[in-house]
Amino acid sequence: MTKLKRVLCGTMCLAMAGSMLTACGDDSSSSGDAAVAPQEQKKEGSADSKNTIKIYVWNQEFQGLFRRYYPEYDAEKSGYDTAKHEKTGTGDDFLKDGKKVVWVVNENEGNNYQDKLDTALKAQSESDDKIDMFLIEADYALKYVNSQYTTPLADIGITDSDTAEMYDYTKQVATATDGSLRAVSWQATPGLFAYRRDIAKYVLGTDDPAEVQEKLKDWDSFDKVAEEMSAKGYKMLSGYDDSYRVFSNNVSKPWVDGDTIQIDDQLMKWVDQTKDYTDKGYNNKTSLWADAWNADQGPSGKVFGFFYSTWGINFTLAGNSLEVSEKKGGKKEVGNGLYGQYAVCEGPAAFFWGGTWLCCAAGSDNTDTVADIMKKMTCDKDIAKNLTLDTLDYTNNKSAMQEIADDASYGSEFLGGQNHVKLFAAAAPNIKMDKTTKYDQGLNEAFQAAFKDYFEGNADKDKALENFYKAAIEKYPNLKQA
Amino acid sequence: MSAATTDHVGEKSSKTTLLIRRIIAYVVLVLLTIISLLPFVIMIINSTRSHPDIMKGFKFVLGGSFGANFSAVFKNTDIPLLYGLRNSLIVAGCCALLSTYFSALTAYGIHVYEFRLKKFAFAFILVIMMVPAQVSALGFYRMMFDLGLTNNLLPLIIPSIAAPATFFFMKQYMDSSLPLEIVEAARIDGCNEFRTFNSIVMPIMKPAMAVQGIFTFVANWNNYFIPSLIIDEKELKTLPIMVAQLRSADFLKFDMGQVYMMIFIAIIPVIIVYLALSKFIIRGIALGSVKG
Amino acid sequence: MASSNKHKSISYAKWGYIFILPFFIVYAAFQLYPMFSTIRDSFFSKMTVGLIEYPEKFVGLDNYTALFKEGDIFTYFGNTFIIWIIGFIPQIFISLLLAAWFTDIRLKLKAQGFFKVVIYLPNIIMAAAVSMLFFAIFSDIGPINDIYKSISGSDTPYQFFSHIASTRIIIAIINFIMWYGNTTILLMAAIMGVDPALYEAAEIDGATPSQTFWQITIPSIRPILIYVLVTSLIGGVQMYDIPQIITNGQGNPVRSSMTVVMFLNNQISVGKNYGKAGTISVVLFIVAAILSLAVAAFNSMDQIAENRAAKLKKKKLKGALKI
Repeated sequence: MTKLKRVLCGTMCLAMAGSMLTACGDDSSSSGDAAVAPQEQKKEGSADSKNTIKIYVWNQEFQGLFRRYYPEYDAEKSGYDTAKHEKTGTGDDFLKDGKKVVWVVNENEGNNYQDKLDTALKAQSESDDKIDMFLIEADYALKYVNSQYTTPLADIGITDSDTAEMYDYTKQVATATDGSLRAVSWQATPGLFAYRRDIAKYVLGTDDPAEVQEKLKDWDSFDKVAEEMSAKGYKMLSGYDDSYRVFSNNVSKPWVDGDTIQIDDQLMKWVDQTKDYTDKGYNNKTSLWADAWNADQGPSGKVFGFFYSTWGINFTLAGNSLEVSEKKGGKKEVGNGLYGQYAVCEGPAAFFWGGTWLCCAAGSDNTDTVADIMKKMTCDKDIAKNLTLDTLDYTNNKSAMQEIADDASYGSEFLGGQNHVKLFAAAAPNIKMDKTTKYDQGLNEAFQAAFKDYFEGNADKDKALENFYKAAIEKYPNLKQA
Repeated sequence: MSAATTDHVGEKSSKTTLLIRRIIAYVVLVLLTIISLLPFVIMIINSTRSHPDIMKGFKFVLGGSFGANFSAVFKNTDIPLLYGLRNSLIVAGCCALLSTYFSALTAYGIHVYEFRLKKFAFAFILVIMMVPAQVSALGFYRMMFDLGLTNNLLPLIIPSIAAPATFFFMKQYMDSSLPLEIVEAARIDGCNEFRTFNSIVMPIMKPAMAVQGIFTFVANWNNYFIPSLIIDEKELKTLPIMVAQLRSADFLKFDMGQVYMMIFIAIIPVIIVYLALSKFIIRGIALGSVKG
Repeated sequence: MASSNKHKSISYAKWGYIFILPFFIVYAAFQLYPMFSTIRDSFFSKMTVGLIEYPEKFVGLDNYTALFKEGDIFTYFGNTFIIWIIGFIPQIFISLLLAAWFTDIRLKLKAQGFFKVVIYLPNIIMAAAVSMLFFAIFSDIGPINDIYKSISGSDTPYQFFSHIASTRIIIAIINFIMWYGNTTILLMAAIMGVDPALYEAAEIDGATPSQTFWQITIPSIRPILIYVLVTSLIGGVQMYDIPQIITNGQGNPVRSSMTVVMFLNNQISVGKNYGKAGTISVVLFIVAAILSLAVAAFNSMDQIAENRAAKLKKKKLKGALKI
């Protein structure tokens, strides 16, 4: 036995020694803080790479829209059914000029998408198989926008007049520190407060969006309504995180100053309000996307309303409102569950939720095609308008949206005939995104998770704060606590 | 084995106490059967339900969306299920073959021969058996990326040649059921060492190889972590990557009914293989762990 | 290892090397190099956040001092151990019970083959999928809460994942369900290997079934019990998938379900703190090595006993042949 012990110890010592040896041989390079200027390419793309548009995505949303709306997409050759809007062929996608479109899909589980994208971007200058385009989200947009791996869009021919119709916040999110625009989005995702008309009538005496908005115009009024709701047996909100974005989008300072984390007063207001609501029973103690949260939106729910943005209202909320789901033969029609029973108003503050931006990868050898895709998918008024009319998604084109907003005959059956685009169009210009950092995604997630313990009584405020810092520094080891 | 089975109840236990004990045993076994089958039941029920129904909480009621979920999963050409099945079969199958063969070979090398580094080799494998995958995964990915071996099934298959846990089991098994006399007899008959291993030792190792083959097959069939790092081409993705991809779909496509359907489809081949070999497994575990 | 003295080896040593070569080559190529760089990282301050790689610096043992000074790693080892033990106690108890029943021919259980297959079945589903399924049934509006509400008459659900104990217990239950079949089969095999003569003697002495079980079966299968304990402990140390999915990677509530490997994974998920991750890996590695030493110790002890028994048998056999 002692012999075995010695052998085992020896083995481990050897492992240690081996590791020290590799330590000498490995001289890893470090680039420090990346320059904002696009990276120089050490190697040119191969002929194949020049005929291939390589796009990194984490889901199939843009893929679907691209196939349906991009005019240069060769539907026939790609095996795309233009009537059903479905790809039936298993082969690649092609453009009319014969170029191939290759989608690299990496799901976003456990940061997988960004990890793979980062590795590929760092290898881009040495690679002969160039990435042409990649997609990003607002919460971490600056990570890429302020890096050498994105090309200023002006350099590939996208002018200010091309982007003139876009909402300001969608450009703020994607502007680098040198002032150049690095990404564009086809969507704008302003948020609204979607409430139940039946509950509004019963508790507040009116379901008219303008009058309800008056009662919810700021947080104090909102709190008052919450109390009334509770008195009549209803909950104001479903979960802890429902109102988070409405606060976090209106902060007065960014999450990080230099390398120090700072917590804005707005966020602490969310903490205090949510704790108050939880203790007084104004919410239903659920969490975003939990099954109880989804159920609260359906006929059995007792919750007054939900903060939702464009896509959430017409898809998630509408789907959840039904008594008999669509696949079971139920229809999206008034009378099926709460369909037609919801209405929207602006709520206490402007916010947005979601959205996807397109970037042109530095070193792309198909910049003309990338520029054309961006122009058609994000700057073209007709495509934007059709996209909204077809899919109910809200697009990033002010005048196209205004036309729909002004159309008296346009309305959502789900919202009892209300023209939601009108409210979105009014809300979108109020969104401000000048306080974003590249750390927002991780810090927002860590903050909500840590304070859940506080709401549920498992930790006091200090402990929750301590755990937040712990999680935050795990995610961003370069940051430090204030 | 069955010869060794003994009645250790004792003659004196009366028929009534025996009956009571039997009833208790059946009650417990039925309860455990329910608990063990519960995950399968939930999975099957959810694969018949539609997304909004699933999202609103689990109920023990079959939904009517089995057909819809089934065809949706098969029709999605961007997540080609049949390729996934093929890739998973290739990876899991090759891993099972390579891992069992080379582990047996390694165990045989250490079991039968005397050489200077033998003890070191054995101790080394024992130590590395306990290293969790997370420890070297990122380094492994960086290395494969630098070698241009991403989007290739080989990095998922070749490393299974060095499977410490499988080796350990094989070694245990040889200790109990591979008498060295057989090897010596083969040598006297003039077999060379490789032939001895392939034609005399392998047949004796069959049960152990079946057991570890299944374990390796299942483990690789269900593995998400490493394949998700290595593969991002849709024609090369394995089933767990596809499940993860369905789970992180966008709001237009997000459909838990499809997720459960895919998990359900993914599990069928494993269940078939497992049921076909369950007798082997139960016997094999017994043989590998117990000497005598 | 003790088997080495069983036979003489003449010139076969090179074959030993040849046979173990593929294993070591592949291991060195695919695992050892990355593992060395992990160990190496533990002596460096090294991190990548997003697209930015910070310059690395040799820091000696600073990472280790920092890790132990922070002290959280002990908490996470504690969490891991608590969750493991909650699952292991019923696991060993039920497995022993089942193993005793299955090997008891007096009991004449029917459909044994069916039960033996079924108890093992949960082991073949992805741990992640099992976790997802249990998350659904224990949710606020899941079937377990329906039962809870109808029994307690309460309107509000019991939020299983908002309480420390219930979250840990659910993770332990999933571990139990996935592994009790495996343990049962191991123990069953052990009981079947016990010398029948012992039971015959007990019967003659008039021992009750429970006396037989505690005084003959348990001591006889002690080595296998230890083996089960240690292998399960090592599996426990590496616990990751189930708590990761159940708590969405947060280890909540208040990080009370955060296991060591989850903690390790947190260092390399969003930002990559290679230094700290390497340090945690090495600590984990040492703990695992100590446990593996225990396995090896048990293994060699067992083998010595077995060899003695085998020699005795041989002598008897030889004696019988001579006569």
